[in-house]
Amino acid sequence: MFRLEARISTPAWFNLALPLLAIAATLILCSGLIALAGAGVIEAYGVMFSASLGDSYAITETLVRATPMIFTGLAVAVAFRAKFWNIGAEGQLLAGAVASCAVGAIPMPGPLAMLLMAGAGAAAGAAVALIPATLRVKFKVDDVVSSLLLNSVIFYALMALIEGPWKDSFSGYPISPPIEDTANFPVLMEGTRLHLGVVVALIAAPIVWFLIVRTTLGFRIRVTGENPEAARYGGISVERVLLSTALLSGALAGLAGVGEVGGVHFQVMSDISPGYGYSGIVVAMLARLNPLGVVPAAIFLAAVMTGAEAMSRATGVPAFLSDVIQGTALLAMLVALLFTAYRIRRIGVA
Amino acid sequence: MPPPLIEMRGITKSFGAVRANEAIDLQVAPGEILGLLGENGAGKTTLMNVLFGAYAPDAGEILIEGRPVTINSSADALAAGIGMVHQHFHLAPRLSVLENLLIGIPGKSGRIDRAGGLARLGEIGRQHGLTLDPDLPVAALSVGEQQRLEIVKALFRGARLLILDEPTAVLAPSEIDGLFAALRSMAAQGLGIIFISHKLNEVRALTHRCVVLRHGRVAGRVDTPANTTSSEMARLMCGHEIVPPARGPSTPGAAVLTIESISTSRHSGMALRDVSLFVRAGEILGIAGVSGNGQRALAEVISGVLAPDAGRMTIAGKAVSQFSPRAVQALGLGRIPEDRMTTGLVTNLPLADSMVLPRIGTAAFSNKGLLRPDAIRAFAEAQIKAYDIRCPGPMTRAGALSGGNLQKALLARELAFDPKVLIVSQPTRGLDIGAARFIHEKFLDMRAKGCGIIVIGEDLEELLMLCDRIAVMYEGRIAGTLDSADATIARLGLMMTGAGQAEEAA
Repeated sequence: MFRLEARISTPAWFNLALPLLAIAATLILCSGLIALAGAGVIEAYGVMFSASLGDSYAITETLVRATPMIFTGLAVAVAFRAKFWNIGAEGQLLAGAVASCAVGAIPMPGPLAMLLMAGAGAAAGAAVALIPATLRVKFKVDDVVSSLLLNSVIFYALMALIEGPWKDSFSGYPISPPIEDTANFPVLMEGTRLHLGVVVALIAAPIVWFLIVRTTLGFRIRVTGENPEAARYGGISVERVLLSTALLSGALAGLAGVGEVGGVHFQVMSDISPGYGYSGIVVAMLARLNPLGVVPAAIFLAAVMTGAEAMSRATGVPAFLSDVIQGTALLAMLVALLFTAYRIRRIGVA
Repeated sequence: MPPPLIEMRGITKSFGAVRANEAIDLQVAPGEILGLLGENGAGKTTLMNVLFGAYAPDAGEILIEGRPVTINSSADALAAGIGMVHQHFHLAPRLSVLENLLIGIPGKSGRIDRAGGLARLGEIGRQHGLTLDPDLPVAALSVGEQQRLEIVKALFRGARLLILDEPTAVLAPSEIDGLFAALRSMAAQGLGIIFISHKLNEVRALTHRCVVLRHGRVAGRVDTPANTTSSEMARLMCGHEIVPPARGPSTPGAAVLTIESISTSRHSGMALRDVSLFVRAGEILGIAGVSGNGQRALAEVISGVLAPDAGRMTIAGKAVSQFSPRAVQALGLGRIPEDRMTTGLVTNLPLADSMVLPRIGTAAFSNKGLLRPDAIRAFAEAQIKAYDIRCPGPMTRAGALSGGNLQKALLARELAFDPKVLIVSQPTRGLDIGAARFIHEKFLDMRAKGCGIIVIGEDLEELLMLCDRIAVMYEGRIAGTLDSADATIARLGLMMTGAGQAEEAA
């Protein structure tokens, strides 16, 4: 028999071991589904790996895919540190995409356009995140529910825009007019889609880490998240911290939308995000809310997504497996977190 | 001779390198109240958690009525007739008293047996004087009543051995008498009781026999606690003599904190009504009273957390214009909260973070919004050394420290900035003798240095020892203030019930 026992302390190497353990458990659990679909497990994972990380082009594609999830992962990690339960990164991403696309369509010099797109996208995401945060601070409305429901409101508002007044008159599809060519983010490597936004995302992670770990704002965010009462008695305005966190979190999620518009799609369509906002939650949890961990976690999920399509073509396993892996990874990580507080002990049976 | 109700033989339990329990033997006979005495960290709670099935022992065995048993979970313990009342209650606040009792009890064909539960509740209430309103939600109960519910819950499940982990720590003096009466009644009817405490007078008053733990081992056994002196038991517990600190004479200076006619309205507990008081430099003012008579509101107003509706407050001669923790702190106020875990510390973050929390925005620990990690670390390390805070280092999770060490850390973080006024609530609640002694000495040091200290407490002996003057709170007012030379426990106790005012008027 086994039993769980409370732990006195958590070893530091758990920070690395737990996500790896969760990923291993996920791949083992999902191998059953691959076998069920009639494919070889090793072969399927092999195709998945080589198509996502096997050569330099594949790696650039995976990085391009990881970029929005780095931003949404950072957005969620920052919010969850303060226990501001922002499930609305998806809507904030869409708001950021719309705002940056609107700005990018105005003719102006390229660098200026890109800067303004980033500013507008971040501002739009921040404004959206401010809604659930304000509702919570002023009226004690549950932020999980309000931020989640806001995603639908924003998605359908976007649909209404691109099917109506904002529809591109030169296209038969419900898509927005494209941004100016000069506003397209520069490609960093000939023959790939590796755009400027990827680098910005990779730089954003250490900046956010610095902000959380080394600034007074970050200190206040951490303390407020862990014990709002102690924070209040310690002279911290909990309300102000929650609102600042929301602004920061929303701005990061908004930047995810900016990168997709400026570096990948150059316009807004209904499926501009295949749920990057929600994937951000998985990324942040895998990273244990550490901004530096967000980068490898996002790359893992991106590799699963790009790899799943190739695996589907090569072995006939449906590409939906990538969604299953994502969901399983979140569950596995939540289970793995149990080990930070408990240990398993074998007990004899008398 | 019948076998003991419960017997633990050679119980050993380690956490990593720490031996929490080593070869401990212990027995409880039916009808016996056994005291389990020891300082914090001596291994009392670990031993009881082994008995209650929360930890598996590394070695040793447990026998119930002479038969060896294995207890792997609280369900096993309950089935074996062991009930435990923890320091922190395990109740569902939004459910009623009766519903809490029935949690986990199989009903009749999937339905809750309300009538049966009510009958049992009434029966237990009559037997031991443990009455509770079955329909009241637990959130509406006082702490004492919640504890009563925990005891009733254990009896409800047929416990024959009841373990109480520091049950008096959360009770007012009047409630303690009620608890003891109930425990004696249960023992008279053949129940075994293990009473965990580090308060010697309680152990002497209540228990039949007593086991003293120190550093995880049995340091001694006392067969007649009532006839054994406190100092003798204290010596067993600490391993050396404990002499209470002496409060020398002092010459108080000017008032460092004044409160004039302060009233509050918005407050979850008792509000303040026209409260005026002052404390001078080099003086300790005690605030006595049964808990819930406005002490919390008073502490919150002085700490700047609660803005009063009316009245004035000055700190070090300056009027407090804005009631915020930062503003009163800037004027020279230090605060040691009543509830270390909820309003003082951040248990999940490193100890260093908690130690700099109230002053993180000051130049000592940050500069233009950037933290100064080296300064924070150096400060924490210096205080850990100066106050002998036992922990692996400043980056240890605060929650891993014992209560005494946490209280030292809170003391260190305030005293390091030489406050002109210090407000403390229940400064030694839950602390062992050694740690309490240390805290008392620090207060007397601060008094000698000219700090004005306000001590809010329920332990009258402690207040009489520490304070120069003692004010008694009753129903949100100051019922009267005595010089401690004139104060006795009897006189203070009378004032605490509201009778003091009549006496003074007469």
